[in-house]
Amino acid sequence: MRLLGDPVRRAAYELVVSRKRAVSRGEVADALGVSRTLAAFHLDRLAEAELLIVSQGRLGGRTGPGAGRPAKLYRQARPDLDLLIPPRRYDLAATLLADAVASVGAEAEVQRLARELGRRLAREEVASDPATGGAASTDPLLRILRNLGYAPRIAAGEIRLSNCPFHAIADQNAPVVCGMNHACLEGLVEGCGAELILSMDPGPGDCCVVLHLPARLPEF
Amino acid sequence: MDRSPAPRHYLAQLNVGRMQAPLDSLVMEPFMSRLDEINGLADGSPGFVWRLKSDSGNATDIRVDDDPTLLFNLSLWDSIQSLRDFVYRSRHLDLLRRRREFFVPLGEEHLVLWWVPSGHFPSLQEARQRLGDLRARGATQDAFTLRAPFAAPNA
Repeated sequence: MRLLGDPVRRAAYELVVSRKRAVSRGEVADALGVSRTLAAFHLDRLAEAELLIVSQGRLGGRTGPGAGRPAKLYRQARPDLDLLIPPRRYDLAATLLADAVASVGAEAEVQRLARELGRRLAREEVASDPATGGAASTDPLLRILRNLGYAPRIAAGEIRLSNCPFHAIADQNAPVVCGMNHACLEGLVEGCGAELILSMDPGPGDCCVVLHLPARLPEF
Repeated sequence: MDRSPAPRHYLAQLNVGRMQAPLDSLVMEPFMSRLDEINGLADGSPGFVWRLKSDSGNATDIRVDDDPTLLFNLSLWDSIQSLRDFVYRSRHLDLLRRRREFFVPLGEEHLVLWWVPSGHFPSLQEARQRLGDLRARGATQDAFTLRAPFAAPNA
């Protein structure tokens, strides 16, 4: 589906789906770290394609004078829609492979490869960026995180990831998949030369990894 | 006929791990250094009911003669979701990510779940029988897994 080829649009769609309720343009913009205009643009394209249903409403149930103009809200149109056409069961393949990793105890090797992948993706992104000219920065990191579907959001000294790109298989194979994801993020941070420290602190609906500025590392 | 309400049930879970090295080795140090923190996290988790522990506050000195390299984690929870939230959606996940540094793959089921009536605190022997049952018969109402869960009786 070319309609979902754009990473921001796909992230917007996946965010609405994951919330399981109607969400506003502002919520999507905040979660994805993009402008409200860009979020609205993608949400409206998704609505035109009938992937999302639009309604007017007020978040928080405010009514009467002073409640403000009703906001445009978006929710998933077809909960059973499979985004892969024709059917591809990557989820089954991934689950089987993760099971095999767990049963022979090859987690360390998966993590080594994931770290390497992260470093490579980061180096490519940094090298292709004319603005930074290869200098270390969190900007290329945020770009990669958005492109990979992590929907990063920056808050008080940390970067939280609003979406887990591996959610479908992480649920069944958390030790393998979350370990792989953590290692990949380590590689991305290292490859971008970003001064961030990773911790695992899963928030509701978020990816399990949080990226901290060094001074803000929580005490364990 | 007895018309008293059906007793509520709690979810029992047993997890066994075979250590990569002795408990006081450098290999196990990162595990041991976070044990009290993670046990405390479990104790304070929503839905946590009970866990098997010795006077030390943890269960690492609870061993069995037939295989002294095994560590056991035996606990009760008010629901499957509560257990899942602690195991997969808390800082406990960080140890899970590193489990292969500390524990060797067993090549068979290492975690078993079953329902117990309120007030019953399973013994390690009973729990190991449930694990044996799961390994022999696959997931049933009597012994199941997070992947193949069964609802509580009378739920």
